[in-house]
Amino acid sequence: MSSDKNNINLKLKVWRQKNSQTEGAFETLDAKNVSPDASFLEMLDAVNEDLIKKDKEPIVFDHDCREGICGSCGFMINGEAHGPQKGTTVCQLHMRHFNDGEELVLEPWRATAFPVIKDLMCDRSALDRIIRAGGYISVNTGNAQDANNIPIPKPDADEAFMSATCIGCGACVASCKNASAALFTSAKITHLALLPQGRVEQDQRALDMVAQMDAEGFGACTTTGACSAACPKEISLINIAKMNREYLRASVLKKEELSGGGDG
Amino acid sequence: MLNFLKSTVGRKYIMGITGLVWMGFILGHMAGNMLIFLGPEAFNSYGHSIVSNKILLYGTEIALILAIIGHVTSAISLTLENRAAKGTRYAVMPKGEKASTWASRNMGAQGSAILAFIILHLITFKYGAHYETTVNGVVMRDLHKLVLEVFMKPGYVAWYVVCLLLLLFHLSHGAHSVFQSFGILERKMQAPLKKIAWAYAAVVAGGFLSQPIYVFLVNR
Repeated sequence: MSSDKNNINLKLKVWRQKNSQTEGAFETLDAKNVSPDASFLEMLDAVNEDLIKKDKEPIVFDHDCREGICGSCGFMINGEAHGPQKGTTVCQLHMRHFNDGEELVLEPWRATAFPVIKDLMCDRSALDRIIRAGGYISVNTGNAQDANNIPIPKPDADEAFMSATCIGCGACVASCKNASAALFTSAKITHLALLPQGRVEQDQRALDMVAQMDAEGFGACTTTGACSAACPKEISLINIAKMNREYLRASVLKKEELSGGGDG
Repeated sequence: MLNFLKSTVGRKYIMGITGLVWMGFILGHMAGNMLIFLGPEAFNSYGHSIVSNKILLYGTEIALILAIIGHVTSAISLTLENRAAKGTRYAVMPKGEKASTWASRNMGAQGSAILAFIILHLITFKYGAHYETTVNGVVMRDLHKLVLEVFMKPGYVAWYVVCLLLLLFHLSHGAHSVFQSFGILERKMQAPLKKIAWAYAAVVAGGFLSQPIYVFLVNR
């Protein structure tokens, strides 16, 4: 990293934990000569280079696209999921938002359903299992239908698209005092329930995804709004209202299958 | 439906419905008690008319008891699960929008204090000293005298004020969360609903507060 007069020095208090079986603790590390143009993860890359050169264990953190679209990265910076900037994943957070000499506390997502794998990386496969429970539509193979064959009202398409922007990073769970996955689950339920293709399995989906969410040990929603404020895609709390409505409707109205057999 | 009632979403519906029962009751209770400003006859006649209507009296009591049992049991089970779900807490608490409100974080503590208050309140008034008076030839309980006696005690008034302030926060959170829990929230309703919830909470708590303060300061 080239030396520049705008570069800053930071103190990092980083959560270090060997694996899910051992207890972790904070370690204080220096991030020296950080360019304000670096992203937060690039800053950590540089810190890790130094650690490796000193024959020490680098800080483990999840990341993939580094473009803010994959949902792989994420940890707490001073108690805020993905850091202080709204609507931004930690990979798209730049060091110009921090001041020289600042101390930053880095912690992994905290939730019983997200056990820490190592340092800042935790296991978010609970969210995958919620998707597997019903976050899909069943489609027979064949030629794709012409897109305009199925009319969808513009407001529904807009709302569905806004819910579909969820990248499943888990910041909502991490920010929630109850570690509730209500925002994530509701975004998936809402996205599919608003579209004609998703409406076929609407009731079963709501029942199965909520049941899986509870089975994974996530907490209940207390409507604090912390999830939505921390969400890098700014998913709205109204998704949770929609999920509650869908779940009630499905619990009351779901039709029973009267005979055996599958989809055929 | 059993699965529904066991789920986190279903228990939030229970919290909402039982909360609404009590929200309706305390609004009516506060409004009726405002008769204290009109003097002993109006206040005592109002009390007498309620206890004379047994269907209304017992119906309300049963509804309130069932509601509070549902509210408290759901609250305890949800709170325990929520704590277990979070596990380790963060070393640093967030600020601003990403933080939760004091009211939402302490619903359990506020609720416990309010429950203690309700029990003590029943002992003080419903099962308290029984004075009698006659209004228009009808012999009835002189609750007005008891209320004046109790609200002259600085200790009781202070406890009353503290509990009503806790109630203010409890209601402010509950009254807007109920819309989300019931799934009747739309984008445009979010901001106004929070204001309406605070207005409701302020009217109830403010109305109830005006009564002991009036007795304590003015009606000596």
